[in-house]
Amino acid sequence: MVNIQLPDASLVKDYVAGNEDALAKLIKRHESKIYGFIYSKIPDRDITNDIFQDTFIKVIKTLKSNSYNEEGKFLPWVMRISHNLVVDHYRKTKKMPMFRETEEFSIFSIMSDDSLSIENKIISEQVEMDLKKLIEELPCDQKEVLVMRMYHDMSFKEISESTGVSINTALGRMRYALMNLRKVIDKHQIVLTN
Amino acid sequence: MAKIYSKKSVVSKSMKPRKETVSFLLSYSQALSIIKIDNRVFEFISN
Repeated sequence: MVNIQLPDASLVKDYVAGNEDALAKLIKRHESKIYGFIYSKIPDRDITNDIFQDTFIKVIKTLKSNSYNEEGKFLPWVMRISHNLVVDHYRKTKKMPMFRETEEFSIFSIMSDDSLSIENKIISEQVEMDLKKLIEELPCDQKEVLVMRMYHDMSFKEISESTGVSINTALGRMRYALMNLRKVIDKHQIVLTN
Repeated sequence: MAKIYSKKSVVSKSMKPRKETVSFLLSYSQALSIIKIDNRVFEFISN
């Protein structure tokens, strides 16, 4: 018996017309070429399976929505889809590199707990209290600008509007406030570190 | 002793996707219906 093989274009046409077996034939015909192509780019069986699956999901969606118009070039079209998905995969992994724990490399060497310990918390609170006391010693106009900028997070434009002085004056007051703070800190040899 | 200098090809001839992958794709295809109304595309997955 002669085994006649239908061309891809006919199978695509049959599939679009509703014959689901045609898709099974198309997959069977090209699975090793497409799978092999993906595996040659990403030598990982699980990822290759995922990309193979995503490739055919795109194929199915395109064919079912009648958007396919490349008759006679089915395999190159599918290969192009899988190639694009491979590129996407590398883009994603480049953005999110995967680290594996080895003897030389521990993930905890680059990850740390940023929250402060109880001791550091107490020190931090002490530093804040000391700084507030120092700020109280500043002349009123400088203190006002510094508090608005650092504690109320206002811009110099907003500060100039609410205090009724120009932006340059507000900037100058801020500069003098910081200079005066540094002077007092140096003079009394106060240590403000955490 | 003879040495083999040729590199082993990464892609073997019997490279095939998992059976489960292919069977998922066939079931997905059977379940999926796509309808275009004006410029909108609606996808339905039937059980």
